[in-house]
Amino acid sequence: MTKLAQWLWALALLGSTWAALTMGALGLELPSSCREVLWPLPAYLLVSAGCYALGTVGYRVATFHDCEDAARELQSQIQEARADLTRRGLRF
Amino acid sequence: AAEEASRSSPRFRREPKGRVSRQDKYSVLLPTYNERENLPFIVWLLVKSFSESGFNYEIIIIDDGSPDGTRDVAEQLEKIYGSDRILLRPREKKLGLGTAYIHGMKHATGNYIIIMDADLSHHPKFIPEFIRKQKEGNFDIVSGTRYKGNGGVYGWDLKRKIISRVANFITQILLRPGASDLTGSFRLYRKEVLQKLIGKCISKGYVFQMEMIVRARQLNYTIGEVPISFVDRVYGESKLGGNEIVSFLKGLLTLFATT
Repeated sequence: MTKLAQWLWALALLGSTWAALTMGALGLELPSSCREVLWPLPAYLLVSAGCYALGTVGYRVATFHDCEDAARELQSQIQEARADLTRRGLRF
Repeated sequence: AAEEASRSSPRFRREPKGRVSRQDKYSVLLPTYNERENLPFIVWLLVKSFSESGFNYEIIIIDDGSPDGTRDVAEQLEKIYGSDRILLRPREKKLGLGTAYIHGMKHATGNYIIIMDADLSHHPKFIPEFIRKQKEGNFDIVSGTRYKGNGGVYGWDLKRKIISRVANFITQILLRPGASDLTGSFRLYRKEVLQKLIGKCISKGYVFQMEMIVRARQLNYTIGEVPISFVDRVYGESKLGGNEIVSFLKGLLTLFATT
């Protein structure tokens, strides 16, 4: 099953469960407080997924390592290499 | 006396399985196009890294007919380090990364293949860590990652970091690939694994590296990861334009719908 199909299956499953519950298709008598939460649930989920995505990406951007040391080390090794290779007769 | 014996023994014998590991050979594939300035340094760093770690190696330079004289520099390097260490396998013109790997592998005598960029953004000092990681978990693939542990980048502005993190986040959500850095191209493969994977991959550019990992997962190959620091091009221009982003998204959605 492709990743796309997995997503569609999961969405269809969740969507139909939600629809069945809100529309009372199963003949269940849910207490009104439950129904009040259930009705806007997809919107809540969407918003919290968005918040999670923004938060995660923001945190990861903020904590992205800047490898200053690696860059400095590389620069000094390039100098070393240039000297060594010139001694061995390389024409740059 | 025992102390003296251990002190006088050569470095590679300190490892109990030294004999076994010395049979392993690592072929580094370096596809180049206009890397005249970077090539001497990357080769020097590779030689340094391998001589310090003591692993057996060869460097295969696949130059795609660079007009800047990359091939001339490569020939000089071959003379300096010997044609058993530096192998030149040039091609007439630019033909793409996947076929460069296929071409290079035809001539590779190692049982492991290391692929990396020749523009100095990937530092050879990580290769011994890749090898250790591979042995530790007997992995089929070891992938360098900029997104984990001490991994990171140098020379990226905020915009570039945001694009990179967003792209990585979306990819992780959609594909759940089991590796944190999909677009990176600093990796170690078992030779037969790379051969099998390349035959299955059709995408180009960034997406090619991504497809390799996704297909690897499909084929149940194991993947280990080593944090790396990525130092963006010292010489020459790094490119990330709107075109790259569009083709990345297309590739991502194609993989999403087909794998």
